Amino acid sequence: MKRLYSILVENRSGVLAKVCGLFARRVFNIDSLAVGETDDPKVSCITILSSGNETTLEQIEKQLNKKIDVIKIKTFSEEESISRELMLVKVRYTKSNRREIMEVCEILDAKIVDMSKNLMMIQICDTPDKTALLIKMLSDVAIIEVARTGTLALQKCSLS
Amino acid sequence: MIGADAIVKCLEKEGVTTLFGYPGVAICPFFNSILNTKIESILVRSEQNAAHAASGYARVTGKPGVCVATSGPGATNLITGIATAYADSIPLICITGQVDSNLLGGDVFQEADITGAAESFVKYSYLVKNAADIPRIMKEAFHIATTGRKGPVLIDIPIDIQNKTISGFKYPESVNMRTYKPTVKGHAVQLKKVITELQKAKRPVILAGGGVILSGARKELRDFSHKYGIPVVTTMMGISSIPSDDPLYYGMIGNNGRSYANYAMAESDLLIVIGARIADRAVSSPDLVAKDTVLIHIDVDPAEIGKNVGPTIPLVGDIKNIFNDLAKQDAVCDFSKWVGALDECRSQSMPRKAPRKSYVDPAKFITTLSEKLADNDIYVADVGQNQMWSCMYYVAKSGKFLTSGGMGTMGYSIPAAIGAKKADMKRNVVAVCGDGSFQMSMNELATMVENKIPIKIVVFNNGYLGLVREYQHNTYKANYSMVNLGTVPDLSKIAEAYGIPFVRLKNDKNMKETIDSFLADKGPALMECMLDPMDTVK
Repeated sequence: MKRLYSILVENRSGVLAKVCGLFARRVFNIDSLAVGETDDPKVSCITILSSGNETTLEQIEKQLNKKIDVIKIKTFSEEESISRELMLVKVRYTKSNRREIMEVCEILDAKIVDMSKNLMMIQICDTPDKTALLIKMLSDVAIIEVARTGTLALQKCSLS
Repeated sequence: MIGADAIVKCLEKEGVTTLFGYPGVAICPFFNSILNTKIESILVRSEQNAAHAASGYARVTGKPGVCVATSGPGATNLITGIATAYADSIPLICITGQVDSNLLGGDVFQEADITGAAESFVKYSYLVKNAADIPRIMKEAFHIATTGRKGPVLIDIPIDIQNKTISGFKYPESVNMRTYKPTVKGHAVQLKKVITELQKAKRPVILAGGGVILSGARKELRDFSHKYGIPVVTTMMGISSIPSDDPLYYGMIGNNGRSYANYAMAESDLLIVIGARIADRAVSSPDLVAKDTVLIHIDVDPAEIGKNVGPTIPLVGDIKNIFNDLAKQDAVCDFSKWVGALDECRSQSMPRKAPRKSYVDPAKFITTLSEKLADNDIYVADVGQNQMWSCMYYVAKSGKFLTSGGMGTMGYSIPAAIGAKKADMKRNVVAVCGDGSFQMSMNELATMVENKIPIKIVVFNNGYLGLVREYQHNTYKANYSMVNLGTVPDLSKIAEAYGIPFVRLKNDKNMKETIDSFLADKGPALMECMLDPMDTVK
């Protein structure tokens, strides 16, 4: 079972370490993590995608709530939220597969944002499923480097 | 006024009269400022024991204990004491000096990232970066340590911040923390459910934990139990939440607990857990509890509910408040048949196998000793076989029973007893330890003598780390490893070195008289009891 935690925290030094330390100490999973300031510079938002059984997922929320730097936690399933991940993939291309890579990008709504004689960089901003799919589709191509942000998510408008 | 003066002033505002500590350069401005106040600073012999002493002090006064150490090794030495307090939810204010804030992160002399290192053992921690924040931080620290589920709060203060001049000291009247508002009042709907379940139940049991004592609800627990005639069992931390002679009390549960207490829990159809986390030592397989038992879990910390056992009827709030609210409701119940069955079970329980006659029987000794203590006296048990015997045979009256339950920290009893005695010099405080745990904190005899804090210390001498020996006996067919203490130092000479009266009890003969004179003397005293090296807990 997967669950998204959108955690508003005081924007102080060491708070991310405290939150991550809690996950490590209590053997909770972090499948992905993203963090950044909100519209209020005193508040940061940490988005964590975690997985586990119902008891564990509930404990995560309770333990996070005990952290004094945590202001508010919202949890939701992937279906209840709009989630996005940004990924950059650098691949080596040849004359023979360039066309194929471009087609994959087109189908998956990814963009080629940089290139050189033999390398190109692909950008995708989509759900974690789609970013994973892009990696899969490029598996025959030589992937040089991958960087991804971790999942960002907000609850669907109709549910908030 | 400098930062260090401000910290001291805040301690005064919080009514602190005693602290336990150990100096070093990085905390010197603080220990200089403390000279200008009436706050008494007790110099311990190792920082870990400053935290234990503060813990003992807190458990007797109900106010947070304060311990102070320097940066680097001073701070890291505190950690075991902090973790011990955290595991038992004891409120502490731990102040550590830190290197100059401009040098932080440079791995300079005696620099340790103590807020990072202690993170998982503190309720909260501060690294003070601005001297003007000191009053707010101190106010918040005391508030956090003493409210909700209590616990240690660490304040790390660089030396330059302690020396920084500040103007216009003002101690805040209240705290304003948007992120910290513990639930102390029980939810009305959930409270009703307790009474509803009670009415349906045939075999209810209350399992009382340390939370009952921490929230000051000993009387309320008893009133609630008596109003409906509900049997009570306790966890280790719950010992002394109810007097031993209460007819509805059936002792401590767990591997090393009373068989009839475990029976009561196993047979119950309604288990009301109050202020206990139901960890592995209390219930060997927590999943078993809830199978066909209705479980009501009352705790001030919502995260405890459902953590180790479930599903439950959760009831979050301060235990004293909850008992007071429950007292306003009424139910018609009759559990006399159930109580009768438990009494029957209790009467049939087998007494412990007595050790060989040439040695002291620890069970008999602990019962005699605790019976002879005045109603309000304090008993501090260390960790090991001695702790198991103490838990089983201590006779609780209205005094408190202190031990390191969650962490099981050896060497806790002597420094904690010093702290407890300092908290109330009128009461007798007895520390009961083994020869292993004694040797972990015997350096504090100097603290006790130097500061005229006369505690009584009992050492069970069996030449072994007995509980581990017993475990190896059962698990590794008596292949003993690392448990033989060999020759325990001549304790009479140690007592003499510190100028403390000493008495050795070789067997059960003259036990009563020896205990009488041991307790009667006003000063400190050391008693050594010679135990059968092969004696076991059960």
